[in-house]
Amino acid sequence: MPPLEHFLLVAAAIFSIGLYGALSRKNIITVFMSVELMFNAVNLTAIAFAKFLVPVWSNRFLFGSELSDSIKEASDIALSGQVLAIFIIAVAAAEIALGLAIVIAIYRNRGTIDITDIALMKK
Amino acid sequence: MSVLTITFWVLAVWAITSAVLVVHTRDIFRAALFLVSTFIVVAGFFVILGAEFLAVVQVLVYAGGISVLIIFAVMFTREVAQGNQPNRYFGVGLLLAVALFLVLSFTVVSTNWFPELHDTAEAEAIASGTFSDTSRGLGTLLREKFILPFELIAILLLAVLVGAVALVKER
Repeated sequence: MPPLEHFLLVAAAIFSIGLYGALSRKNIITVFMSVELMFNAVNLTAIAFAKFLVPVWSNRFLFGSELSDSIKEASDIALSGQVLAIFIIAVAAAEIALGLAIVIAIYRNRGTIDITDIALMKK
Repeated sequence: MSVLTITFWVLAVWAITSAVLVVHTRDIFRAALFLVSTFIVVAGFFVILGAEFLAVVQVLVYAGGISVLIIFAVMFTREVAQGNQPNRYFGVGLLLAVALFLVLSFTVVSTNWFPELHDTAEAEAIASGTFSDTSRGLGTLLREKFILPFELIAILLLAVLVGAVALVKER
């Protein structure tokens, strides 16, 4: 099994590539794709932490005093990182659906999806 | 080197290559396809990390749903011919991203994640990593402890559905 640091480094690389894409592209859809890359990196980090760090806690709970309660609590704690990832996925799906609807509305009104041209608030 | 380590390195190279290609391919449609590739690799990472339910959700929601939405948006907005051009802040973005990556990797490397755990039985137990049945635990957890956020997510998705329809409706 590769150590935790390797997963975190891959996630950091994907997040940085996503940030670079979100900051440096003209097309609004590419910006959205970069934001999705960043969401994926965050999910990867959450699950890597849930895998590597939380079982230490759950082991402590397992070897604690009341065994019957603590087994349940331990598995709950061990899985809460994955629950966080599920909520991130749901919110990301909501964000992309609404965002692309806004993109299509902008395209219909202004005929462009170049983010350097959509500068109504600057004028 | 174990099978898991080799798989990890193959997936890591694949993930970073396709992430770079998402940003750097000139054709936006191809960039969307590379985005699907990245999603599938991340699902592979989830399988390595013992989160098999999330790997399935990742393939269904991201590789199946979100990528179709993005490809639809690429088709609807006819700027595919112009390609994927950089804007004025190209250099600033690159600089910021590299700086962020350096800070993050410095933090990851210099932090002692397992203070009293190196070379113990506990560390071995984590490292061997058994493949467990997580979907049952996740289901119970979502229904018991996380029931309020779960319902709020349902309301959010309904609101998004209504909002998206209202936004793209023909007047």
